[in-house]
Amino acid sequence: MNKPEYQRVAYYPGCALEGTGHAYNRSTQAVGAALGLKLDEVKNWNCCGAMEVKNIDPAVQTYLSSRVLSIAANEMGAKVVMAPCNGCYHNLKKAEHELAHDAGSREAVERISKKAGHATYRAGQLETIHALDWIKDGIGEEELKRRLKGSLKGLKVANYYGCMYTRPRHIFPEKDRGPGSESTSQPHFMDDLLAAAGAENVEFPLKTACCGGAHTLSDSDTSTRLVLNILRAAETAGADVIATECPTCHSGLEMHQVRAEKVLGEKTQVRMLYFTQLLGIALGVSPRRLGVHENVSDGLALLREKGLA
Amino acid sequence: MRESLLAQAESALEEWLRARSETPTGERVEGFRLLALHRQGARGVPSFNACRETCREIAYHYNLLADPRERTERREKMMALLVEHLRLFVRGKLEVEGLGEFCCASRPLRNESETKGIAHG
Repeated sequence: MNKPEYQRVAYYPGCALEGTGHAYNRSTQAVGAALGLKLDEVKNWNCCGAMEVKNIDPAVQTYLSSRVLSIAANEMGAKVVMAPCNGCYHNLKKAEHELAHDAGSREAVERISKKAGHATYRAGQLETIHALDWIKDGIGEEELKRRLKGSLKGLKVANYYGCMYTRPRHIFPEKDRGPGSESTSQPHFMDDLLAAAGAENVEFPLKTACCGGAHTLSDSDTSTRLVLNILRAAETAGADVIATECPTCHSGLEMHQVRAEKVLGEKTQVRMLYFTQLLGIALGVSPRRLGVHENVSDGLALLREKGLA
Repeated sequence: MRESLLAQAESALEEWLRARSETPTGERVEGFRLLALHRQGARGVPSFNACRETCREIAYHYNLLADPRERTERREKMMALLVEHLRLFVRGKLEVEGLGEFCCASRPLRNESETKGIAHG
């Protein structure tokens, strides 16, 4: 599609990409560089208000996300902000929706922003997108194909989107708009990009299923069993690798794969790689620059086995 | 096989509803009681929609398995994994909502999975 406004965007990595999802951060930046897409990291960004704050006071969560949006719009002059993490993406979209439709949220954000001494974010100043939108609509499959230096041919991929990328539907008004738009029930942007890079996508009916991330600490056994079920479904579908686009889902799949073997004695072989790592490989970027060695799941062995590294 | 798996999926949602002191509906949505039960279970609990697509995939696999050409071991196993996922999801939700082991209705879900033999075979 090649939207010109996606060629240079404000980049909101979020907390996870500085920690467990560091490889996602590296690979997102490496793929952007390989494709000529520019990222300007949001200055002095803060937590989006993910889980903890939301449970205490939803208005504070809306404020925290709005501060990130305010810096990008009012201090950096950006028109588009890109968040690769599903949690961050979801919360920025939710804040946008709250500010557009809820007077109480507007009042709270106005009040806290004034107290914090920065400009108040107004709904509509920015467009929030995910890393998938950024590449799909910033470059598109045809242009991506032209820039490939290799191919993912021979690699069978189960695309796992998790449950926050498309839910709740009402905060993603740009989705479900027919051909070319993303679907909230059967998301396909990752499938499209990886297919363009030569991968064989398998039919994977748990692509938007819960990974148990929300209760990974309070009820670890249920989380482990949910993840184990996702891993088994991917293997049953014939996948070599599960492609991910969320650091929380990704680390959940990796950690609970290890835990399933230790605690339940259930071993699975499927590997996990971020979609940006897979695209990077096809674009000729080295696995090290993509942070493949940082993954818990041994993606490097799989890539070598398939002749991709 | 598909009838039994669909019944287990419905049973998981019935347990969720009973734990919340609701009477499970006998209605159908798009020909499936499962989808009607999901709709009922998500009323007032938006996060329960995280299993909406799993329910729809169960219905889809149920339909596929009616076709002899699609009735493969892999397809049956996938439907069993979907049902298992729904059961685990509901189990987690019961725990989060404080309905877990405190509620008699949830005990079958907290115990060993009935689909284990099929899904893990």
